[in-house]
Amino acid sequence: MNQSEVAKQEYALLVEQASPGSKVAGNCLRAFLVGGGICVVGQIFKNALLALGMANDDASLVTACILVVIAVLLTSVGLYSKIGKFAGAGAIVPITGFANAITAPAIEYKKEGLVLGVGAKMFVIAGPVIVYGAMASVLVGLFHFFMR
Amino acid sequence: MSILWAFIIGGLICVAGQLLIDLTKLTPARILVLFVVAGCLLSGIGWYQRLVDFAGAGALVPLPGFGHVLAEGVKKAVNERGLIGVITGGFTAMAGGVTAAIVFGYLAALLSKPSGETP
Repeated sequence: MNQSEVAKQEYALLVEQASPGSKVAGNCLRAFLVGGGICVVGQIFKNALLALGMANDDASLVTACILVVIAVLLTSVGLYSKIGKFAGAGAIVPITGFANAITAPAIEYKKEGLVLGVGAKMFVIAGPVIVYGAMASVLVGLFHFFMR
Repeated sequence: MSILWAFIIGGLICVAGQLLIDLTKLTPARILVLFVVAGCLLSGIGWYQRLVDFAGAGALVPLPGFGHVLAEGVKKAVNERGLIGVITGGFTAMAGGVTAAIVFGYLAALLSKPSGETP
């Protein structure tokens, strides 16, 4: 039940390809409502932090951390996978999906040990995101260095 | 008002992800990578900041917002340190969010029992 939503969606994709049939509109509606809803939760926290006098960048970071903690808690009690089953990309694309993609394999592979189980499997999905994010940031940095 | 736009824009970014899942052969892991890279590059040319100004958390919470944070971080670092900033800016910017996810994910793994399903 703690399997990451990304891995689950990979499986759902195989099922879908094996049994085509258009559920696209319904999938999109649920992704819109849940994904938008998660962003609303983020905006409410951010507005509250700004009202407390926090600087804009700090408020954004703290908001992201609050959402990460919520997603980790929901993942560890098995609720995030239920949200993911309902919302598809609405649960994967927000930063909560990134936190779920780290937490779910960490829990699931605990039995393989704390180093190569938890430590390594945490990054099955987060690793590529960080690798390509770093590559893109270097490109942007070079562009900015030569073009500024 | 900020909440309404966060809902609409954040929801639409997720719909874009859902369409990619449903209509292309891209797997969700690839879509996450694509969204972070796209957010970073769009931010590099200055477009994503406009969306952030407009939609707030609706643009920051979805993964392209993570890419945006990387791009903003590397630009700031290049302004301060020149070429060195190219290799320090991205990781510096993502440090907070990634470390939070690692620490809380690790604690959750220590405290939770695996479900027993084969992943």
